[in-house]
Amino acid sequence: MKNQTVFFKNNILIMDTATMVGPKEKEGPLGEYFDKHVENDLLGQKSFEYAEIKMHVLLFKYLLNKTKLKDTDIDASLCGDLLDEIIGSNFTMRNFDIPFLGFYNACATFGECLIVAAFMLETGLVERLLCSTSSHFSTAERQYRFPLELGNQMTPLSQITTTGVGATLLNKRFGKVAIDCATLGRVVDYGVSDVNDMGAAMAPAARETMLAHFAGTGRTPDYYDLILTGDLGKAGSDLLRILMKEKGIELGDNYNDCGAMMFMGDQEKVGQGGSGAACSNLVFNSYVYKKMMKGELTKVLLVPTGALLSKISSLQGETIPAIAHAVSFIRKEEFQ
Amino acid sequence: MFLDYLQVFLVGGVICLLGQILINFTKMTAARILVIFLLLGVLLETIGVFQYIEEFGKAGATVPITGFGSGLAKGAIKGALSDGFLGAIRGGLQAISAGIAGIIFIAFIIGLIAKPKTK
Amino acid sequence: MNEPNENYLKLVRQQMPKTKHFSTMVRAFLVGGLICTIGQGFHDLYEFLMPEMPIDGLQSLTLLTIMLITAVLTGFGVYDKIGAFGGAGSIIPITGFANSVVAPAMERKREGVVLGLCDNMFSIAGPVIVFGVTASIIVGLLVLIFRGWFL
Repeated sequence: MKNQTVFFKNNILIMDTATMVGPKEKEGPLGEYFDKHVENDLLGQKSFEYAEIKMHVLLFKYLLNKTKLKDTDIDASLCGDLLDEIIGSNFTMRNFDIPFLGFYNACATFGECLIVAAFMLETGLVERLLCSTSSHFSTAERQYRFPLELGNQMTPLSQITTTGVGATLLNKRFGKVAIDCATLGRVVDYGVSDVNDMGAAMAPAARETMLAHFAGTGRTPDYYDLILTGDLGKAGSDLLRILMKEKGIELGDNYNDCGAMMFMGDQEKVGQGGSGAACSNLVFNSYVYKKMMKGELTKVLLVPTGALLSKISSLQGETIPAIAHAVSFIRKEEFQ
Repeated sequence: MFLDYLQVFLVGGVICLLGQILINFTKMTAARILVIFLLLGVLLETIGVFQYIEEFGKAGATVPITGFGSGLAKGAIKGALSDGFLGAIRGGLQAISAGIAGIIFIAFIIGLIAKPKTK
Repeated sequence: MNEPNENYLKLVRQQMPKTKHFSTMVRAFLVGGLICTIGQGFHDLYEFLMPEMPIDGLQSLTLLTIMLITAVLTGFGVYDKIGAFGGAGSIIPITGFANSVVAPAMERKREGVVLGLCDNMFSIAGPVIVFGVTASIIVGLLVLIFRGWFL
């Protein structure tokens, strides 16, 4: 492994994807690309935690139906979410006869799941793997911030946790989109301590990973049709452009941010955009995957970013460490 | 009459404006802001300034949490002067006991009935 | 690499969008002023209805009334919208205190009435009670020591 980057020799193909979102995400600019949506994000459950789990279960069932697979056809599921002790994924997998590996990298969890799944498939010992992440505005809000009904003002830098679940089914044989290489991120902390300013906390991690990726692959930003960072938000992605420029790399029009793409509306209502473990997942599995299937995009670099803090660490005055993983997707014709 | 209400509006508004300045420049959360303005009320009452603000602003001074603080201090001073040591200890809480007891009861009932909504 | 990077923090301060000072302050002024004016309205109403009541009692009744209104508004999911608009204007009045008691109580009910609702009722407003009572006792003790000054 050079520069944290690995090239996969075998075919690691996306067999299918599925996404399910809440009402606010459905109204957003990417609304038409999502497979499923719910009208009420409580889904008739007792609590928002159960609602998140229910969404996760429904999405898995939908994906299994769509691909006509049984539980036992899937060798393992690699899941993560934002709840304490990742109960969202744990309780989801209670409903399925699929071996389960749980992951947590905050909002970069999806990248982590894909990378581990790619390594597993590379060994040739497994056939089909399911990667999924979920997040829910109301569960994240009560866990990381304040009660929902507390009348507090949103700071201009805050982001809204995306409500939704997305899943990617990876296998060795079928599919048009392949993971061809990936860069594992390092934990980077430049000393940002404002818990409302995730974009600034994560931008340096995104830069480190991108620099390592470009150095390790010998590629430039122009190589990709689309480079997506996880959820830096609008201001955070502008910051990343400046940071990359410092290192002599210009991010052009092919760069965008999943968080900034998620919601419609002015800053008063949605802050800097979306965040959450499902954010980069939803954008990739709906919009990007569908465009790649149609051939409108052929090479895409996804860089999910995560802020690795907890409520306790921030109360104790710690700064915010962050991580970013890069996964490169290429349409199969381009791959050979 | 109208002038009275204008004074109330002005005093209440200015206290909240000061709070907003504090939030904007220090990024404090609600709990800290409440504590700071409460202590400000205690201090102003103790040094004897609060009564002038209250005379001018009426509810504008007593409705903000500073009024709560002034009530606490007023009660403690009164208690200490009339009942000595015990009065000093219980006077403050006694003065605001209606508010505290009321809000605990109301919050319990509302908490049992209402459900938080997603935003 | 993981040392606080002063250059970066400076860049962040320069680049990231700032709070809109003017509009948030104006809104805090308006909302805060309005809440106090409503309080004065109730005060005058009670004074008119019960002319024999001492001013302390009127004030307590007024506070109770607006706290009850806040609690109901919080229950219906309206107060947090006022809060999002008013900022400090809705935090500093006693209504903000009421909201910060009711909101966590509602939120935590799902973890049980005793360990959820009751346990967390003062998770935000608790410091107010603690600091308030402590400060009042200190004031009381000061009065005992410097008695002459307060008479």
